[in-house]
Amino acid sequence: MSAAPKQDQYDVVVIGAGPAGLAATAMTAEAGLSTLLLDENAGPGGQVWRAINSTPVKTEALLGVDYWSGAEIARAARDSGAEIIHRATVWSLDRDLEIGVSVGGGSAFVRAKRVIIATGAQERPFPIPGWTLPGVMTAGAAQTMLKSSGLVPDCPTVLAGQGPLLWLLAAQILRLGGRIDRVLDTTPRANYIAALPHAFGFLTSPYFSKGLAMMREVRAKVRVTSGVTELAAEGDGTLSAISYATASGKRERLPAELLLLHQGVVPNVNLAMAAGIEHRWNERQLCWTPVLDAFGNSSVAGIAIAGDGAGIGGAQAAVVRGRRAAGDAIKALRPQAKIVDLSAELARAERGRAFLDVLFQPARQFRIPQGDTIVCRCEEITAKDVLDSVAIGATGPNQLKAYRRTGMGPCQGRLCGLTVTELMAEARGKSPQEIGYYRLRAPVKPIMLSELASLPKSEESIKAVVRG
Amino acid sequence: MFKRVDGDGRGSVTIHVEGQAIAAREGDTVSAALLASGLDVRRATAVSGARRLPYCMMGVCFDCLVTIDGVGNRQGCLVPVAEGMQIEIQKGKREIGK
Repeated sequence: MSAAPKQDQYDVVVIGAGPAGLAATAMTAEAGLSTLLLDENAGPGGQVWRAINSTPVKTEALLGVDYWSGAEIARAARDSGAEIIHRATVWSLDRDLEIGVSVGGGSAFVRAKRVIIATGAQERPFPIPGWTLPGVMTAGAAQTMLKSSGLVPDCPTVLAGQGPLLWLLAAQILRLGGRIDRVLDTTPRANYIAALPHAFGFLTSPYFSKGLAMMREVRAKVRVTSGVTELAAEGDGTLSAISYATASGKRERLPAELLLLHQGVVPNVNLAMAAGIEHRWNERQLCWTPVLDAFGNSSVAGIAIAGDGAGIGGAQAAVVRGRRAAGDAIKALRPQAKIVDLSAELARAERGRAFLDVLFQPARQFRIPQGDTIVCRCEEITAKDVLDSVAIGATGPNQLKAYRRTGMGPCQGRLCGLTVTELMAEARGKSPQEIGYYRLRAPVKPIMLSELASLPKSEESIKAVVRG
Repeated sequence: MFKRVDGDGRGSVTIHVEGQAIAAREGDTVSAALLASGLDVRRATAVSGARRLPYCMMGVCFDCLVTIDGVGNRQGCLVPVAEGMQIEIQKGKREIGK
């Protein structure tokens, strides 16, 4: 399972074994292309189908049919003849389609004729006062523990934020006998009106009835407070309380040991950006999304991006995007192959997304923090620190590194990058697109120097660093 | 903080946290097993020594950094537990030789 790649050259290398990566892998391998699937987790599924082969929560209704739909796609990938390596960390990808991967403490390079990046999404940072306190986690973190280890909260617990995942998680925790004391809904009231023009697509999508049923299920068991406009976690060395205020002026302090935060997910851009793939600021999703053609091909020849890394679209769209990218790779390498047109299927899977994007666009105060609120969790840099640096000349995220080391800690900007871009853009009166993002480089995950040192070296590369 | 749901039929795996034996389950990650243990497993940051627990559980936040079998700065949320594993809660920077 955790052995190094068997070959040093493949037709297709897929990175990430979530919905897009599994669907793409099954298709290219079944078409006879030598396919390598590399994934960081212990088993297939990505985040949405996490622990699909190993979850201790076996009763189908508890995790829902959408979760179990992943089992068949994971099986198809497994039986496709593709080489699948889990616990493999891809730390480098370049324009020559050379991939650096760390498996079991050693690294190797493999080359591909086509690369499909399917590294998915991560939770959007939720920088409120106290969000680094022990006991504050993302909703996704709690869902990961629920799916892979059958663990549910049993202490005073508050869920705060907005979006479909928050309600799904609440329903799953309650079904499994876990504890939730309150749900604090931060959806801005104005968003309901802004989202109206997109309502038709949503009302005719499967999201609508599923979402309503889930919200009803949660509201029947837990008190929900809507219109939350201020939120802070409090405690000394560990979370002890949550204070909030609503648009109608209500203030309250709730004792809590666990706060689960969620305000949507954003593409995981580190590998794609480090490969030099062009990204642009997405005004609707308020994040960076790659510039892609209809098949997911990026600005770097031979590299496609499928799944939520191509812009948030959800699991169903990810499967179709994975197959589209796979189809295009097959066409490129086997020109005589017949490829089915999936554009209608993709449109169907993406229906309703615009409504969700606008309705659950997070409020400014939950994206752009102030004062002593930590922006960069790794280097412990506050919003005020960032603004002070702007005042003395820091022009963008890359200059800010020299002032404050933001983005230079182990997470490599994953938890502060969007916040820094928006905070600096606002302070300097520019757009996020103009301000830009951290220049990301390999290795995109920390690896041991000894791994680099023990990589095979060519005569040429040794000469490059030897004098005389 | 967390409890295990009923009907979890997975086998038990013993790991040692600061020398203390803990019963985890097959398929738990180190971070999940630590959070389920009920012990104080807060790490201390390298910058200020502030206490932290895992935040994302999916490999992006690095707040789960922990010393596993003598190797520091491991992402506990990505490493499955194994019988006899020795866990140390990392206080501050990774130490030389760990």
